[in-house]
Amino acid sequence: MATQSLVGTTNRAGQTVTDPWELMHATERTPSFFTGSEVIKEAVRRANCDVMIAYPITPQSEAAALIGELFAEGFIGDYFRGESEFAVMSQCAGAAFGGARVFTTTAGPGTMRAMENFPMWAGARLPIQMIVTCRGINSPLSIQPDTLEISYLLNTGMLVWHAETAQDFYDWILKGYMVAEEPDVHLPLALCCDGFFVTHTKDVVNLTPADMCLPPYDPYRSPVPCMDMECPPVRMMRDPFVMKSNYISYATHASWQQEVWAAIERSRKHSIRWLDGLIEVDNADADILIVSSGTAVSQGREAKCMLEDEGIDVGIVKVKTLRPWPAEEIREATRKARHIIVPEFNVTGWMAKEIRATIPNPDRVYAGPHVCGGMTMPPEIIAADIKARLGLRAESLAGRGS
Amino acid sequence: MSKERIKIAPEMHDIMPVEYQDLVERATYGSETRGWKDIGTSKELIEEHSLCAGCPESMAFRYILASLPAPEDTVMVGSTGCTSLVFPHVGVHNIHSLFGNQNAIASGLKRALTVRFPGRVKDVVVLAGDGATVDIGLDMTLQAWFRQEKFTTICFDNELYANTGGQESGLMQKGFVAKMAPVGKTFEKVRLPEIARESGCHYVVNCTVSKPNLVEKVIKNSIHVAREIGPTYLQLYTPCILEIGKNSMEGLQEMRDSEKPAERFSYKEYVSDQAKELLTELAAKEKERKAAAKRQLAGQA
Repeated sequence: MATQSLVGTTNRAGQTVTDPWELMHATERTPSFFTGSEVIKEAVRRANCDVMIAYPITPQSEAAALIGELFAEGFIGDYFRGESEFAVMSQCAGAAFGGARVFTTTAGPGTMRAMENFPMWAGARLPIQMIVTCRGINSPLSIQPDTLEISYLLNTGMLVWHAETAQDFYDWILKGYMVAEEPDVHLPLALCCDGFFVTHTKDVVNLTPADMCLPPYDPYRSPVPCMDMECPPVRMMRDPFVMKSNYISYATHASWQQEVWAAIERSRKHSIRWLDGLIEVDNADADILIVSSGTAVSQGREAKCMLEDEGIDVGIVKVKTLRPWPAEEIREATRKARHIIVPEFNVTGWMAKEIRATIPNPDRVYAGPHVCGGMTMPPEIIAADIKARLGLRAESLAGRGS
Repeated sequence: MSKERIKIAPEMHDIMPVEYQDLVERATYGSETRGWKDIGTSKELIEEHSLCAGCPESMAFRYILASLPAPEDTVMVGSTGCTSLVFPHVGVHNIHSLFGNQNAIASGLKRALTVRFPGRVKDVVVLAGDGATVDIGLDMTLQAWFRQEKFTTICFDNELYANTGGQESGLMQKGFVAKMAPVGKTFEKVRLPEIARESGCHYVVNCTVSKPNLVEKVIKNSIHVAREIGPTYLQLYTPCILEIGKNSMEGLQEMRDSEKPAERFSYKEYVSDQAKELLTELAAKEKERKAAAKRQLAGQA
């Protein structure tokens, strides 16, 4: 069957459809000083989205509202405020079932409220992109930064990426669609960032031209039929499998779940190409490695500089994708390390657990420091924990208690 | 979808399933006159089902699928329950995702289809049980109506949770003893038709499925009004004969008994002024179409 490239045509907003690799790698970038929320808007402006569905919850409300402005300007096919995150994620599913490129944003308790939808999205192979601007989910009520919610997303069957900076965020929103919509992947993507630290701070971000956009989503490249009555309606099953308690029913469900996880695995090659690797390593030869994701990596970099001033050699491993989990890459990067320090913005230390389950000699992993409930993570506490691990004296840090 | 699209390449004809050959040769896709009278004489969009013998829901399914004005461009949205056991057999695209989120799915779907196919008919029809519509999904049912989403919501009201074994539901009658209502339900049947009217539905009907011609009429009306104006709601009594202690042959009588004047399923409808205008217009066109067909027939004679 002949296919026709849409590159060079214009979209509903008059933007030129551009080859995505060229858009991301060969076009002129304009440095711009924006908040993370504004960066989300600018990425979506270039993403050729069909439908965006919004709901207010801190700290993603601003981004969700700014995308409404894009709709008013004609960049998005449709946009509305749903009634709750559970409903919004179902509305996103409906739009994706109907063949639309869909975007949404959520945070903290909203992620938890919507949770039932996520395995459904993955099982239905809907390549929805959801921005998760992480915040506390505990009671008493908290709106502060905390990454605990990411751990709940890890087993949903979604792709889960964790951006460190606003620049990551900008690039990964656009690249995320390219990976998620591949026919051999076709899965939803939870693109996470640390709320406030990324959403509400300003940073210089290099933007691609505003008059260029991604090619539109082609729902007929989906591995499952698009529910638009544009292809013959097959009778999907003779007997619904939910009814049956027999081997064929179990095997069907089992193989479907295995296929979702196989699709996550197949996303590796695309993610490696688009993200330039699933991890980023700086100074892997060091005895001491700081391994983490999100803004904990940024704090780790600061700690590294501080320790270097004292003559302590430290390396950094930034984990970009949590699903797929870069197991081999982490094993290779930590091969020589004697101490693996995993700073995290959550109380349970899920990242440290993942790393411990991945590498030989897991006693090398030090799960911490942990901050949670909105606390910041001064690089001093990372440096202090590393020194303690090495048996060195650290200066006492004010306010940390005994 | 054009009927052209379902045609089979001659070389492939003999290896296609008989049902698919039937769909191409004898389906009523694209027929302006399709309706319940096609049942048994042309390819139906549902033939087998996995419901109980004599289940009124299976009758309702047949009448509804035979009455869709444009099945070739209709996507149905279901929910968890007995209906979700039937949908896999149905010859139109249909979505099951979660329990109770059907009107949220339909909202997103309808908007996506409107964005992708501007100026073309793409009907969205929700069909779910009373637990999905009124209990777990009430929020999303009502919010879709508040937002004036342009699709039809059909509730198969069997006044309980049938698929899980007969538990109390919001549409159950007061006093009925059921699982999870061990001393009888303590509050009245939720008045969803009235709530639908107040929530912005333009066409609301409460009835049983005892009369196929009536089901055909309300299905067509509700879909045309949803297509042109805004949300519509049908509450159809499809008793669960199993859970109310009836036999397979007694479903029809149960519906007839329940639709008598003053009974809870006596025919009730609400039609907004805007919808009345549209339906009058459509009725005039239909009359003209029939007259033209008659003239043509007379001319041929």
